[in-house]
Amino acid sequence: MTDQMQRLARQFIESIPYARAMGMVLDRIEDGRATISMAYDARLVGDPESGVIHGGAVSALMDTCGGAAVMSHPTGPTGTATIDLRIDYMRPATPGQRITARAECYHVTRSVAFVRATAFDEDSARPVASATGAFTVERAAGGKP
Amino acid sequence: MMRPRPEPVQIVKQRRDAALNALVAGVPFVQFLGIRFDRRGDELTALLPFDEKLIGNPQLPAIHGGVTAAFLEVTAIIELSWSMIWQAMENGNFDPAAPAAGRLPRLPKTIDFTVDYLRTGLPRDAYARARVNRSGRRYASVHVEAWQDNRSRLFAQGTAHFLMPGGETGRQNG
Repeated sequence: MTDQMQRLARQFIESIPYARAMGMVLDRIEDGRATISMAYDARLVGDPESGVIHGGAVSALMDTCGGAAVMSHPTGPTGTATIDLRIDYMRPATPGQRITARAECYHVTRSVAFVRATAFDEDSARPVASATGAFTVERAAGGKP
Repeated sequence: MMRPRPEPVQIVKQRRDAALNALVAGVPFVQFLGIRFDRRGDELTALLPFDEKLIGNPQLPAIHGGVTAAFLEVTAIIELSWSMIWQAMENGNFDPAAPAAGRLPRLPKTIDFTVDYLRTGLPRDAYARARVNRSGRRYASVHVEAWQDNRSRLFAQGTAHFLMPGGETGRQNG
């Protein structure tokens, strides 16, 4: 991955107001793989009794991470949007712990990217959630397929 | 035999609105996104007023896909919980003092959630309604649709499966 593509992908993440509002941090991005994490935040709680983060916050993390993985793909997409995303919630994230999503763009065609993502809290052995999604791929006019 | 006199409309409305408000106000993430609920009888419409922080693509600009997903999921959970509370209220099994005291039924847990992005979420208010297609003792399936300007032009739809409160043990009474 060239420096310019790295920079483009980082800009893509850091210019997203909602990613900023949720405190998302881009930990790693390279060749169709991305890692994005966010701190536990009381504003994002979905179940007041247990203090567990809302599923919707985890899906936003996975969606952003999926988009980042697509942007970092070696074929150099210039833009992307989610077509669909399915999220399986395996267990509640432990309150107080950081949530980290890892996404992999495992196949791309000229116009579609297929993505898998997994989310963990600080226990990296037991996933919190997993997702699969399809994303659009925008390409520069005249760019290679 | 004489039927009992129906309760005054204001008493009924107050009870229903108090229960709904307590349900919605109790979830911090719902407040974070600024989602509100409009009630007509038992029918709920979720409202997501536009805010700059909800932007996911500043170039277009468009609402973040994660916001759309969260909006759909929140609408589905609240609708499902509301349908349980509504039933309890109609059956007279609902303590009218419970919402104020923060005593509400436990929320269902999401098992999985699939969202279809049909159109770009524009930088304006969004609305959503959910339909509980199946609500069993342990599992529920809920479909949810969201739109902006035109009710018939959905910008996203989703299906969610939930584990009902108490459903984990399989020993729930009633």
